[in-house]
Amino acid sequence: MAKELWKGNEAIAEAAIKAGCRFFFGYPITPQNEIPEYMSLRMPQVDGCFLQAESEVAAINMVYGAAGAGARVMTSSSSPGISLKQEGITYCAGAELPCVIVNIVRGGPGLGGIQPAQSDYFQATKGGGHGDYRLIVLAPASVQEAVDLVQQAFDMADQYRNPVMVMGDGMIGQMMEPVEFTEVEKRPLPEKTWATTGTKGERQTNVINSLFIDPAECEKHNHRLYEKYKAIENNETRVEKYNLDGAEIVFVAYGTTARIVKNAISALEKEGIKAGMIRPITLWPYPYKAIEEAAGLDSVKAFMAVEMSMGQMVEDVRLAAAGKKPVHFYGRTGGMVPTPKAVVEQAKMILGGVK
Amino acid sequence: MAVIFDKTKGLTDKTFHYCPGCTHGIIHRLVAEVMEELNLLDKAIGVAPVGCAVFAYDYFNCDMQEAAHGRAPAVATGIKRVHPESAVFTYQGDGDLASIGAAEIVHAAMRGEKFTTIFVNNAIYGMTGGQMAPTTLVGQKATTAPLGRDENHAGLPLRVSEMLATIPKAVFVERVSVHDVKHIIQAKKAIKKAFQAQMAGKGFTLVEVLSTCPTNWGKTPLESLKWLEENMIPYYPLGNYRSPEEVR
Repeated sequence: MAKELWKGNEAIAEAAIKAGCRFFFGYPITPQNEIPEYMSLRMPQVDGCFLQAESEVAAINMVYGAAGAGARVMTSSSSPGISLKQEGITYCAGAELPCVIVNIVRGGPGLGGIQPAQSDYFQATKGGGHGDYRLIVLAPASVQEAVDLVQQAFDMADQYRNPVMVMGDGMIGQMMEPVEFTEVEKRPLPEKTWATTGTKGERQTNVINSLFIDPAECEKHNHRLYEKYKAIENNETRVEKYNLDGAEIVFVAYGTTARIVKNAISALEKEGIKAGMIRPITLWPYPYKAIEEAAGLDSVKAFMAVEMSMGQMVEDVRLAAAGKKPVHFYGRTGGMVPTPKAVVEQAKMILGGVK
Repeated sequence: MAVIFDKTKGLTDKTFHYCPGCTHGIIHRLVAEVMEELNLLDKAIGVAPVGCAVFAYDYFNCDMQEAAHGRAPAVATGIKRVHPESAVFTYQGDGDLASIGAAEIVHAAMRGEKFTTIFVNNAIYGMTGGQMAPTTLVGQKATTAPLGRDENHAGLPLRVSEMLATIPKAVFVERVSVHDVKHIIQAKKAIKKAFQAQMAGKGFTLVEVLSTCPTNWGKTPLESLKWLEENMIPYYPLGNYRSPEEVR
């Protein structure tokens, strides 16, 4: 298939269809509206079901019901709407329901704004809803990568019986880029023998549930979940290492910001400064090891996290660097996007300071 | 020897956790008997609420999902859209359905979602210990209305069946009671009609069942049945509010 020009949100929706998603429950919120709009047209063409819910709360609970019934199901929203979905997300995690949640992040807190942001990092990776649970969080840096990751997200969700969040930002959702829909590598997936499909008189009854009234049972459930999360950490951590060889400064950035940082790296190179980048593709599980290894490189003098936030992911960079090298931060927030020039200036200031 | 009464296959052997005199047990049995009689158990998927009936998934002998507080109609929507041929029901109390889940039930009815809601109205939050519900009667005492519900402060109790009966795609809406044998028999008939209307694909169906809570009402089981009859029925009139024949 040749490359076609696709808008990020619509490409994400089509990728879900191609991955076999046949149920979509959503609610309007900018800047992700093209996802439900596209789904409303496309789902009937593939005998699927698009439903506009009365709220984000209802939408995620429809996802819960459909996922529990064994379907491939997705919802999408943007930051304030994702906050509303947190109840349903923790129930999905607790009941181990595979589903895909797309967050096209906008500025916050509160109503915030409608321009691109990365200020939902804490919410996505450190909990969001109540209780001990983890989401697999995928962070595409291009429309092509969004398409690839959305397709893989459904397989990951099914393999681990866990919700997967695809976290783009307003830029990924709204920009148009050339895209090629390629077949993603298929994983062997377990049968959904646990799903509530009606017994058809062929098996014992199935129950989808996250309630364990006996605290010892609830603790056991949590331990079992954490064994699963350990396996996800071992198998699914993804990272792009860029230009690390001989780098004096190593940027850590994801999503749209990583694209901007790549421009800054080229600009620095022209000035004779060697810079590299670690780009987490999975925000959870986080690629701590890649940063830890870079911290051990003799050439590396400092890390600089660049985010469209006041500094959220930088905390994980510090954890990984473990004091071996200084960790700096530069960010714009509230819908403002960093410029390569500003990143270059910050980097030069840091290197001056480090020297 | 002739069998006069037998436990329905629609219930598991798990012992109910309900308080003495609580009518949840009767209502569970009626729903289970109806599903057995209509031969729906092997295609039934129920949704349990948060509240006293939270363990309903242990009692109904069919596939079940446990929903978050108030969200059962949204969960049931997801299930029924995936398995349109199945018999889907939610079992919800008045705090769950009429308060935190008011939006979900109204919009499921508006869309004409083809499932059946068993709405158990005992005019109080039972599980959490007797707090005021949207359905608590004026003057009725609750742990968050210690002097009794004051209509000038907390408004007047919500009549859910009447409200939902204004929604065109709510095709079957009936309020019943289980305070005596005669009414229990009528309640079962209504529940059966609701499931039949669902399976005929008519639209959203709901049976509101007036129920007792001796523990939180501070009454004996017998006093509770009498209190329901004398206080709840005058405010919550029994009867059919919508039936499929009315749908043109």
